[in-house]
Order: sequence, then C-alpha cells, then structure tokens
Amino acid sequence: MEFDGVIVGGGGAGLRASLQLAQSGLKTAVISKVFPTRSHTVSAQGGITCAIGSDDPDDDWRWHMYDTVKGSDYIGDQDAIEYMCSEGPQAVFELEHMGMPFSRTETGRIYQRPFGGQSKDFGKGGQATRTCAAADRTGHALLHTLYQANLKARTTFLNEWFAVDLVKNQDGVVVGVIAIEIETGEVVYVASKATVLTTGGAGRIYASTTNALMNTGDGIGMALRAGLAVQDIEMWQFHPTGIAGVGILVTEACRGEGGYLINKDGERFMERYAPTAKDLAGRDVVARSMIIELLEGRGCGPEGDYLMLKLDHLGADVLNSRLPGILELSRTFAHVDPIKEPIPVEPTCHYVMGGIPTQVNGQALTQDAAGNDQPVEGLYAAGEVACVSVHGANRLGGNSLLDLIVFGRAAGQRIEEQMRGGVSYRDASDSDLEAALSRLNRWNTSAGGEAVADLRKELQNTMQVNFGVFRTERNMREGIKQLAELRERIGTAHLSDKSNAFNTARMEALELDNLLEVAEATAIVAEERRESRGAHARDDYQERDDDNWLCHSMYFPADKRVGKRSVNFEPKTVDAFQPMERKY
Amino acid sequence: MQVSVYRYNPDVDEVPQMRDMSVDLPEGKDLMVLDVLELLKGQDPTLSYRRSCREGVCGSDGINMNGKNGLACITPVSEVVKRGKLVLRPLPGLPVVRDLVVDMTQFYRQFEKVQPYLINDQPPPAQERLQSPEQRAELDGLYECILCACCSTACPSFWWNPDKFIGPAGLLQAYRFLADSRDSATAERLSKLDDPFSVFRCRGIMNCVSVCPKGLNPTRAIGKIRSMLLHQGT
Repeated sequence: MEFDGVIVGGGGAGLRASLQLAQSGLKTAVISKVFPTRSHTVSAQGGITCAIGSDDPDDDWRWHMYDTVKGSDYIGDQDAIEYMCSEGPQAVFELEHMGMPFSRTETGRIYQRPFGGQSKDFGKGGQATRTCAAADRTGHALLHTLYQANLKARTTFLNEWFAVDLVKNQDGVVVGVIAIEIETGEVVYVASKATVLTTGGAGRIYASTTNALMNTGDGIGMALRAGLAVQDIEMWQFHPTGIAGVGILVTEACRGEGGYLINKDGERFMERYAPTAKDLAGRDVVARSMIIELLEGRGCGPEGDYLMLKLDHLGADVLNSRLPGILELSRTFAHVDPIKEPIPVEPTCHYVMGGIPTQVNGQALTQDAAGNDQPVEGLYAAGEVACVSVHGANRLGGNSLLDLIVFGRAAGQRIEEQMRGGVSYRDASDSDLEAALSRLNRWNTSAGGEAVADLRKELQNTMQVNFGVFRTERNMREGIKQLAELRERIGTAHLSDKSNAFNTARMEALELDNLLEVAEATAIVAEERRESRGAHARDDYQERDDDNWLCHSMYFPADKRVGKRSVNFEPKTVDAFQPMERKY
Repeated sequence: MQVSVYRYNPDVDEVPQMRDMSVDLPEGKDLMVLDVLELLKGQDPTLSYRRSCREGVCGSDGINMNGKNGLACITPVSEVVKRGKLVLRPLPGLPVVRDLVVDMTQFYRQFEKVQPYLINDQPPPAQERLQSPEQRAELDGLYECILCACCSTACPSFWWNPDKFIGPAGLLQAYRFLADSRDSATAERLSKLDDPFSVFRCRGIMNCVSVCPKGLNPTRAIGKIRSMLLHQGT
C-alpha cells in the first residue's frame, strides 16, 4: 500500500490534516485504531478558545496570545502561539461552514463562555469570554463534523487498523508505518511520502485519568523507539475537576458558567489562592490549591479525600441548556444531581503538554549533536502527540481543540506544498522493515511471562504515586527505579492469545510498550528539571528558575539523556512577552 | 455473579456458544457492565469487545445486556441483572467478527447514504453563517448521536432489510441536516429518501427510542421526514 500522506490517528488533528490533503487531491489515508468518531476528541466538553469577537467585538487575538504565553509559564514558543491565536478565527469559521452545531447568541453568532486563564487587554481588563462552545459537547460536535467533512471529501479510511511502529530507512527518513488490520490480524507495510502522527495523548500512564482507555501514547512510543527525541514530556496537566474516584472529566465550563469549588467547611477556597481569577485561575494553580486543601484536612467525605463543585445556584435552566452532558455524567458516575447538590471532584491526570517537537508547520524535529534543530524527513505531528509548543508548562482550557484544528490544517498545508514541489517514495530495505517489526515479533513469539494487565496496573500506580501534582526527589528516584524494573519485566511479558481475528489482547500488549516509553521519559525528565514551573511542581525546588530552566527539555531515548532547547521569543508581528511572575 | 457471555473466535471455534463465567463483585459498589467485562478479561484475556471512553460518548461498547441493547460503560449492573445473572451478547442483526465485536459495515454504509454533511452551495461568509438560537435548537436531540448502533440493531426492519432500510441512526442524521437552517439541499436529500424502503420500512414500534443510551428519539425524526416527503408530494 502506498499513499502520498498517511495520517496515523483519527481524532481532531488527524481529521483536520486529512481533510486538507484529501481536498488537495493527494492520495491520503487515515489509519485509526478505532472508528474515527470514537477518538478521544469526542470527549472534549467545554469549548474551543478563540478570539472570534462574538461576545466582545473588541476582543483581540493578541490578548489570547498573552494569556496563552502566561499560562505556559513562559516556555510556550511565541511564534507558534502567535500563529495559533491569529489563524484561529479562520479555522473556527471553517468548522462552522462545515456544519459544526455551535451554540448561538441572540444575534445568531457563535456562543462564547468564560474559561480559566482568560483576560482582556493583556491581563489588565478583567475576565474575558472567549471559549466557543457547542453546549458542553464541543469535542463531539467538532469530531463528528470533521468526520462528515472527510466523507464529503472522500478521504480513504483504514479504520480499526493499529499502527505498530514507524519505518525509518538508512538515511533516517520516515517512509511509512507497519500496521495491523485489527479485524483480520493481517500485518501491512503502509508506505508514504509523508507520515503524520496525530495519535493524541497518553493519560493512561496514570491510574486516575480523564483519558479514554485507548490513550496510551502510541505516537510518542513510536517516535521514541525510532530513536527520536521528545520535548517537555515531564509536563502533565492535572484537571482540577475529575469525578472523585472515577476520573470522569467535569468541564471547566462549569466554573466558566459560574460554578465554584468548596471545601468541607463550605468555603470557596480559591478566593484565598487566586484573589482575582478565583476558580478561573490556571488549571495548574487550581489543582495545586485543591491538593493543599486536602493535605491540610479540609477535604470532604469520610476520608476527606475530595472537594465539591457547586453548581446548583446556577439554576435548572442554565444547567439544562449549557451543561446537559455534565448533568448526565454526574448522575451516572457520581450519583448526584448537580441541580440540587454539589459534585465530588479531585484533580485528575488530563493532558500532556509535551510530545514530538515540531516546527510551526508540523514538520517533526530532533536535535543534532551540536544542539541544532534537525528536521526528521518524512515525519510530521500535530495535536496532543506533538509539542509545537503552544502549551509550554501548562495548557489553558479550550486551547487543545484550537491546537488540533490549527496545526492539523498547517501540517496538511505544508505537506501539500512539499508534494507540489515533487517528493518521490523512498525505499525501505528488508532490515528497515525487520526493525519496525521486531517488537510485534517479540510478542508473537512469547512463550511465558507476566500478564499484560498486571504490569499495566503496576506502571499506572508507580506514576500516580511518584509523579503526581506535587513531585519530590525521593519519590521520583524511586519511581525511576521501579520503571527500570518494569522495563525488564515488560520485555519478557507474555501474550497468551496469538489468534488473528480482532485480538484485543495483542493491542493491549503493544499499547503497554507505548505506556512504558512515555512513563519512563516523563519520569527521567521530571527528576532532571530542578525547578517548579506550570504543571511541574516540586517540593524541593519550589521556585521557577529562569536562569537555568527557561527552556524546553529534550529527552533522547538512545542514552536516556536529558538536553535543553531554546524557547522561541520571536513572534513575527508583535513584541515578545517577557517572563513575569505568574499571578491570577 | 454468574455471567453468560457469547463467545466466538473464528480462528478456533466452529460455532459460537454461550460460555458461563463468574466474577466477584466488590461490595457496596454498583459496577458498570464494562467494569465486569474488564474483570472477565482479566481472567481470560482472549475475551474481545470494543471500548474506549468509558463515559458514554464514544459509542464503542454497544452490546446486548440481558436482552436489551445499551452501552456497557454507562449501564449499572443492578439495572440489567436478572435473578443474579448477566447475559452478554453482541448487538443483534449484524455479522459477528469475534465475541462481542460485530461487523458494523452495513450500519456505517446506511449512515453514509444520507450524505451526513452540510451542503450549502453559497460561498461562505468571512465569518460564521448566522443561525438564531431557535434555529439551532432544531438540532438538539439530533446532533448528539454517537453512532453506537444500539438503535438500528434493535430494529426488526433493519434486521430484515439492512441493505435498503436506512435504519433509525442513519435517519436521525438525515433529519439532522434537513433540520439545519444552513443546509440548502432539502429537495435533493428528500428525493434520495423517497422510495418504499429507505424511510417507509419504519413501522413506528419505537425500539430505537427505548434503547438509545443518549435519550434521543429517532422515531420522531423519522416521522418528520415522512411528513416532509408527503408534503413534497402534494
């Protein structure tokens, strides 16, 4: 099988990239391990942040840019953030033109709601209202719309195909992927001139996460096994409001619409931690405040291990029209009716800011020995798997969906441009293919060893205990040791079911390899970054250290080395925002 | 708890069979059926089913639980278990690939038939197309479909004519675009549905409504399409 462009992952970023390529007439295929509308983008709730000027005609993308830079704790690349915030309105209007069912204002424009970390006039004009929404099902509306647009554009879909590994030739060029057709178990080399990784997140490295069961970091795993570097992988966002005990996401839109957090005394404690923005401070700030409340004994319930999100004062009408999905989820999973009573919540792993470093146009990067950026020929990445980087050390709510469509589109445009310039298929030798098949062969010939499910659970617990909201040297060292042991054990683990038809045991084994790659990279870099910045908070280094760490981390898998890469402070049309103390 | 599970692996089994398994349920916790499946898979990793979001929005884990279609991840065991027993089967009416995994090709084909995308030949404005809150409200109860196939596979008309009757899920989406003030292909859409099978095989028995895990009402949407077709004919 040969294609001009192969997109690995059928979520928002993948479908936006494939749409761009299919519309340009290039031979395009999407490989997705689930039917595309089942991708995790579907679970995004609150909205897509973008200065379209519906709520406030004077809104300005530069204000959005300022918020995003500040939210990133100053390690977001300013050229990329500038591109995202300025291109955003066009990309959002395109979605609307495709038919996305946005909620509407009285004048018929797209409805916007306030979200965390948003301001007017560069932080001086108070809370902004900038997040475009389709009730609290924005991700669902967005993903289905993009899938529909791809049907219209006649994109080729390889649905329920599982990508195993990248195929890299002797010149270091990525020339396609090895994939399994899940229904039959057939293994196929899908050759391509351009391979785009849009595989999404990896939240399943933690025991408690808002992420879907399939969010196992497959793209990051593939990149690391291909010897490529990943950037800022220690930066994991904990969402303040996962339903206590189950981790189901409760959107920040609840607080945007006027809900707030309370402790066991009924106190609105965020007023103490963030006097101005209160419950709409950055997610890292709110999550940390919640953990401090719990540690200081002000948690709710018999074990004092959760807090409460109060919504009942908003009234049934607002809740039914603006947050219908949250009512459903709360009744099902927390057994509470938010119209009458608060929802028990706790900070829960939600999003990885780090990933495969890319240029603004989606081209994947690595570093040469001298520390210079080096494009990885044939490889692109967009969305959560990528680190372009617009989120830096902490992502703002509503910026993820924007990231997907802006950079999915950019990658598509870049590939289109390159194909017009003429790119030919490049060969892979038998030994290149063998290398890409090696771990699949390992599992397929395993004769005994530990069970996949047990090892996965252990890995998730290790990450949960040692690399959570607050991190300490001692715990992280312990975690790294445990992960090294887990690597040995996973290397000899057993796949008992070797059958071909829809073998989900084999998928889970392959996913476990990916979880391990992501977890170990996270652990090693987290220990190395000796400061607190954004979502990375250390008890032993509580201050931000701009002298040493105002930079991206780079993790090199070959020798498990941690390096540094400069942050971009050169936006094209505005002056750079210089680091300041981050207060909400 | 006793669980009877439909098992079939084409690589090894000649015919499908119901197999009894048992799980220990933790006390004081009402698990979802998906949690039970995960416990069973822990015992026997060869058990296959689809699942992903585990919160009722991705639509992967539509199965038949004690005779009724639904999503395993948002169905509490207490709601479906009868006389201490849980019976799990694949969605009825579609070919079985393995265990609880069905081949959804026919279902998706019917969905694609209705041209499930906005058609508007006017050049788009520089900003969004305007739509009043009232016009937008016409899409509520339609756009939320997650394509889980619980409805279509609970529909005898779909079992009988899966190649010619669009089925409740596809028709719900057909109406979603007919009802959209921004869509300009009403006549074209209706003409494609105007035959004895696509819409009119619906007998209004409302199985689709009783199983929809999102509380949607395909029968009502089908009724609206019928009346649009009839009005168009007059």
